[in-house]
Amino acid sequence: MRLEDIIKGLENGNRRALARAITYVENDYPEGKEIMKRIFKKTGNAHVVGITGFPGVGKSTTVSKLVQKFREKGRKVGVVAVDPGSPFTGGALLGDRLRMEGLDVSKNLWLDPGVFFRSMSSRGRAGGLAAKTGDVIRLLDAFGFDTILVETVGAGQSEVDIVEVADTSIVVMMPEMGDDIQINKAGILEIGDIYVVNKADLGGAEKTVKWLKSMIMMDQEAVNILGRTSHADEYAVESGEIFERMKRGKDWVPPIITTVADKGEGIDELVDVIEKHFNHLKSSGKLKERRVRRISREVFSIITEEIRSILVNERGSKFREVVEMVVNNEIDPHTAAEKIILEIRTSG
Amino acid sequence: MENRKIEEVKKERKKWENSCLTPYVDRFGERNEMFETLSGIKVNRLYDPADVAHLDYLRDINYPGQYPYTRGVYPTMYRGRLWTMRQFSGFGTAEDTNARWKLLLKEGQTGLSTAFDFPTLMGIDSDNSLADGEVGKVGVAVDTLKDFEILFDGIPLDKVSTSFTINPPAAIILAMYVAIGDMQGVPREQLRGTIQNDMLKEFHAQNTLVLPPEPSVRIITDIFEWGVENVPKFNLISISGYHIREAGSTAVQELAFTIADGMAYVEAAIERGVDIDKLAPQLSFFFNSHNNFFEEIAKFRAARRMWARIMREEYGAKDPRSWWLKFHTQTAGCSLTAQQPLNNIVRTTIQAMAAVLGGTQSLHTNSFDEAWALPSEEAVRVALRTQQIIAFESGIPDTIDPLAGSYFVEWLTDKMEKLAWNYIEQIRKMGEGSMLRGVLKGIEDGFFVKEISRASAEYQRDVEEGRRVIVGVNRYTIEEKLKIPILKVDEAVQRRQIERLKRIKAERDNEAVKNALDWLRNSAENHENVMPAILEAVKAYATEGEIMGVLKEVYGTYRKPILI
Amino acid sequence: MERKIRILVAKVGLDGHDRGAKVVARFLRDAGFEVIYTGLHRTPEEVAMAAVQEDVDVVGISLHSGAHMALVPKVMKYIEDYGGDLSEMVILVGGIVPEDDIQKLKEMGVEEVFIPGTPIERIIDFIRKRVPEKKEAKRRRKHEA
Repeated sequence: MRLEDIIKGLENGNRRALARAITYVENDYPEGKEIMKRIFKKTGNAHVVGITGFPGVGKSTTVSKLVQKFREKGRKVGVVAVDPGSPFTGGALLGDRLRMEGLDVSKNLWLDPGVFFRSMSSRGRAGGLAAKTGDVIRLLDAFGFDTILVETVGAGQSEVDIVEVADTSIVVMMPEMGDDIQINKAGILEIGDIYVVNKADLGGAEKTVKWLKSMIMMDQEAVNILGRTSHADEYAVESGEIFERMKRGKDWVPPIITTVADKGEGIDELVDVIEKHFNHLKSSGKLKERRVRRISREVFSIITEEIRSILVNERGSKFREVVEMVVNNEIDPHTAAEKIILEIRTSG
Repeated sequence: MENRKIEEVKKERKKWENSCLTPYVDRFGERNEMFETLSGIKVNRLYDPADVAHLDYLRDINYPGQYPYTRGVYPTMYRGRLWTMRQFSGFGTAEDTNARWKLLLKEGQTGLSTAFDFPTLMGIDSDNSLADGEVGKVGVAVDTLKDFEILFDGIPLDKVSTSFTINPPAAIILAMYVAIGDMQGVPREQLRGTIQNDMLKEFHAQNTLVLPPEPSVRIITDIFEWGVENVPKFNLISISGYHIREAGSTAVQELAFTIADGMAYVEAAIERGVDIDKLAPQLSFFFNSHNNFFEEIAKFRAARRMWARIMREEYGAKDPRSWWLKFHTQTAGCSLTAQQPLNNIVRTTIQAMAAVLGGTQSLHTNSFDEAWALPSEEAVRVALRTQQIIAFESGIPDTIDPLAGSYFVEWLTDKMEKLAWNYIEQIRKMGEGSMLRGVLKGIEDGFFVKEISRASAEYQRDVEEGRRVIVGVNRYTIEEKLKIPILKVDEAVQRRQIERLKRIKAERDNEAVKNALDWLRNSAENHENVMPAILEAVKAYATEGEIMGVLKEVYGTYRKPILI
Repeated sequence: MERKIRILVAKVGLDGHDRGAKVVARFLRDAGFEVIYTGLHRTPEEVAMAAVQEDVDVVGISLHSGAHMALVPKVMKYIEDYGGDLSEMVILVGGIVPEDDIQKLKEMGVEEVFIPGTPIERIIDFIRKRVPEKKEAKRRRKHEA
């Protein structure tokens, strides 16, 4: 499809244009970059909701029920489901779409024109998201979806990228997940705006809820202390994290919702709380704060990526030269770096 | 054999291995590094008395017709009566199937078996948009009692036994058969046949899914409760491993999951208050017969022994008839190839022989063109002849359980039983002591689906990498152009069926239909047995879709959580 | 970044046999493709909509029920209705299909039909070759136009 056709298609609500745009962006085609530049002005309206959690907790089912509920409320919903892709073979089995079914099996979410579902492979990237998930979300945003659900697998310490793209982050758990320490290390206890204990009809749900409450309380206290001692700057990339946690902790205590997703129980409550959070973000000015912080990080990471690209592509040989010198003990690493930076600064 | 003699044997074996075997192997080698059955059981070079020293003939094997029935459920087995030759068939409309049945009965078939089309299997009427393109394709289309009247026209229900491969709408089909019997004036106590009626295996493998697992089991239990009182000679369920195997499981998994399902159903019946000794004779099983000859024979023998022990020891059934595992076998459809199809005749023969040596009560042999489409007349005849040649020319049925006492077969029977028990204990743990809860939990968690998926992926990898030979497919291939007559289904079948349905809906008493359906809804909602209401609805010419529709209303529709 | 080939493995209609589809999906993943599996009992409209939204390069329809002549053309029609481009998408059918139906399906635009027993390696090679081929052919046609 030609670039202009795609842009026009995006403006006209053409599904295929959107699908193709996503493909170009995902695969880093030059058209992709161009499309992102052109549509950026239209972004910033959607409520981006991230849903993460260990495999098997029922994320896909929860997402599916949320889609139905949001549709009932008249919202247009876009879904991005990211599944792990093998870093070795490059392949991936994307199986989230097939769990998409509303509670009412006769209301077909697959055919609903107000729903768009896209499966993505993480393509071997750690963090739970694919490199281009953020851009894909922006495309859906620009296309006109009111709510965008992003589903990712959070299974390890670094699978917390979801905060990079989501306004509201939901962490889904289930009872008896075993090792509490595992969960603690996973970092997911720090990112949730909302916590869901799914499969609440299984034994042990109350215990899990209690434990979560205590974790959240401890976190609140830690954050309060942090707030009193830190001078974090929202624009600074490194302190952004801390700033985020401080600000987050102050006015919004993450609620814990219990659900039995495949029976649809607790979903109404969950939707309520999601909307409450969005309103809270908007009215407290936090929405802007978060976007400032996220965009600082994003622009920063693009810059570092560009620099890395320069080093590798344009200055490749100079870089290797300089590294040789360090290896041969002629200069030290800091001097080596200074040399390169000087060259980059002074050249055109 | 006493211990002293066993020690002698073991010593002699070591000697043989060192002095006779090893030099031979060193010089000439063996075909493979390792030999395994399709379940991954390592098969040794040979077996001797030492390998079966732990078995006791009277305790573990015994005589046919005597606990634990390892050698067969009847004292005379095929010397008394041959297995029933029951070929699965049905396609197009009820008229076409009726004609094919009359042909088969003439050719010597001794029992009828019905295949239904997909819409009928799913409880969907032929005029529903979801049925488009599928009416009459893989079996006969049945929407109302009228189709049954045509199906059984000229076929006396007191003289034949009919088996129905039907699951979610099994209650409806049973009701239709009973209604025909009533019409012919045959007393209900004389009706013989089987409804497959095994929803658990649908959730594990076959995927004909309509209602969720618990309501499905509820309705099956209703059928048990009603059936023991009303149709005491009719098999109310065919607890199946066939489909589990077709989905890619190993022989051990087929054995274990089938027995586990059987236990789950028995527990459901006991919970309902059904007399286990009344029900047990009306339970039957359905197994696959695959290529690994001895593994299959061992599987059947192990199944009998396990079930006898379970019914007597675990569930306390008192009547010896309750301890019998009676089964139907079908040769493995998934083993047939589209390449060089005549080879399939050989495969089917080996599989049929295994079933007979395993003591099956009835047998379906696949037709050689089964990989392409529903079988042609010629192919069906050859499949039937295969059974007849085994029966009358081979001498195999002339002595009972001839492989008993074979060191290998007894060892393998015991081995498979042990491996199957491992699975059963695992499932029992999942259910905290209850097999019924264990199986239901396993369904919810995807335990069965994952096990079967894994086995089927491993098998495929073995085939792709040449470790498993499939003659004609990955070895001994040829360039070929097929000339087998393919039986194609007339596209007009759908049209005719829809017209018939329209006429029936116009001519029937719609008030009676509505009343019956209301009664059904009531029964379902109030946890009453649904069979009486279904029978009423069926006699009023309610359609399958209408009846299933009421059940879906009350119990909800099920979407399987897919796991790969 | 190299464009990954995206494949939709679809089960259309009432047929519940998913062993083949699941095994093929796994093998395709191991071969490096991005595979989206639709699950069972999907209608032609649903399969088509998924194909368009996921912008797949290949649609693999798995059928064992004999209903291919009715269902496959429907899938293709709906793909077009929903804005998909059949001149770019490679449509494949897997399952029990008699010889003369294979011909008819190919005339309709199905690229290849794989019957049971086909080594999966062959399917993988076909996809690897045909997908870029088809895209290239389209590009050339546009150029000439």
